[in-house]
Amino acid sequence: MRLALPLMLTIALLVPSIAPAQDTTSAQVKRGEYLVTVGGCHDCHTPWIIGSGGPEPDMKRALSGHPQDITITAPATVSPPWGGAMTPSSTGWSGPWGVSFSANLTPDPETGVLRDFTEQQFIQTMRTGRHQGQGRQILPPMPWPNYGQMTDDDLKAVFAYLRQIPPVKNKVPDPIPPKR
Amino acid sequence: MAKVTAITEQLRSNQGRHSAAVGAMLILTFGLLKSVSAVPQPATANPPATLKDTGLYTDFGTLLVDPAHLTFAPQYPLWSDGATKRRWISLPPGKVIDGSDPEVWIFPVGTRFWKEFSFNGQRVETRYLERRADGSWLYAAYAWSPDGREAHLVPVRGKRGAYPLAGGRSHTIPGMTDCKACHQGGASEILGFSTLQLSSEPDPGSLHAELRPDPGVDLKYLVDRGLLVGLPKTLLETPPRVAAATATERAALGYMHGNCGHCHNDQGSLRNIGLFLRQGVKDAGQPAIDSTVNHPVKKPAPGQSPDAVLRVEPEHPERSGIMQRVGSRYPALQMPPLGTELVDDEAVALLYRWISETAPLRKEAHIEQKGR
Repeated sequence: MRLALPLMLTIALLVPSIAPAQDTTSAQVKRGEYLVTVGGCHDCHTPWIIGSGGPEPDMKRALSGHPQDITITAPATVSPPWGGAMTPSSTGWSGPWGVSFSANLTPDPETGVLRDFTEQQFIQTMRTGRHQGQGRQILPPMPWPNYGQMTDDDLKAVFAYLRQIPPVKNKVPDPIPPKR
Repeated sequence: MAKVTAITEQLRSNQGRHSAAVGAMLILTFGLLKSVSAVPQPATANPPATLKDTGLYTDFGTLLVDPAHLTFAPQYPLWSDGATKRRWISLPPGKVIDGSDPEVWIFPVGTRFWKEFSFNGQRVETRYLERRADGSWLYAAYAWSPDGREAHLVPVRGKRGAYPLAGGRSHTIPGMTDCKACHQGGASEILGFSTLQLSSEPDPGSLHAELRPDPGVDLKYLVDRGLLVGLPKTLLETPPRVAAATATERAALGYMHGNCGHCHNDQGSLRNIGLFLRQGVKDAGQPAIDSTVNHPVKKPAPGQSPDAVLRVEPEHPERSGIMQRVGSRYPALQMPPLGTELVDDEAVALLYRWISETAPLRKEAHIEQKGR
């Protein structure tokens, strides 16, 4: 009972800040959804299918990356002046760097690429073009130099949005090195 | 945590119970509301256009280095495709380094560092750091002309093909983001000029170690001349060294400190990986052993062999994740992920030997320790 007053005071201090915090989170997620949409993330990270109106992203697999059942074993062979190729799903890209596959950005605990990322690492990844901000290089065509110009708040919003979209279990294959 | 612990103790006492309770809750409340992790920010100031303008030389024509600058060599150098390196520090007149926290020295505004990279006797690049008035560090790299007469600022995205190496590869001068990926990976942005790196008793088995150039800059030199203040006396009386069971292990852990610990430490952004290869000078124990030997690989990198389930599997270097990554230059697998184009074969041999010997030697060490 002696702690009742301090407890009530603490709760009184916390309660007004919890409700706005929820609003802030919700607004942040909405902002993230907007940025992901206009930023073109679905162009590569959501598999494309042929819909009734032509090619379109398959939103049932939104942002789940290159489908694990589309097997690719070697870079595309193209003739000049062509320098690269992409899969019809728009998730596999072949070029001088070898073959890159778009990552699974959903929060799937087993296959989502961001499962071990902190918010800070996500921001640094966009700033440096390196996995978790300091590791291996992110391969083309990921336009991280563009996204690296976003503000911290915008990148935090994108991260917040990606952490709460529906998880999709899809193990994206490892990249394929270029032909020597 | 200390604050919370102290408040907990106060809560247990009879006096001041109410005020302590209120204080604790308020502190915890505000602590929760204010806990935000820092994100390194890009520098905005422009570095000088040429190396000449940084003040390294008194006479650029003869490449005479200003004798006021101190040349030094860390005991566990970063390996950069076999480049030969020379390093200098310049402190502003009358200013000193604060070594009160031996893990994170505080350098005065105006401190400058240079590191020169040469291959086969040819200067290729010189990297530059300068402490700005706002406390941030200015980063720059200068590429030498083939005739060695000029050195100009490298674009922020770096420069490929700076010098031909073996196997058709070439040395890359890193871009600013890559420089910061390593230098901003821990508590201190200065990596090679630190308590452990300048220990007055350097490791005789250190890989790629260079002879300390005149005038022999180490902890004692800096303290004796009043250039380093506040360093705990114990670190002069008992110079810091890597805690290890054998000389091989000491060299292996030292190598990983100098080449991996700037990213893999318990302070930086990658701490959630739980791989702690930076060697502290204050802590007991050996986190580099605890976080590698018999420690599972957290997430295999692309190209990593599926039988490498442990970071270090005692007596089995071929199945150890660390060996596979250090021994590769496939970009998605290699470690370090930047700064080198070639495998450091001597490091591979050292780490191989260490892992091969690890199990029996460590058992003996434990037995010896218990017997004391």
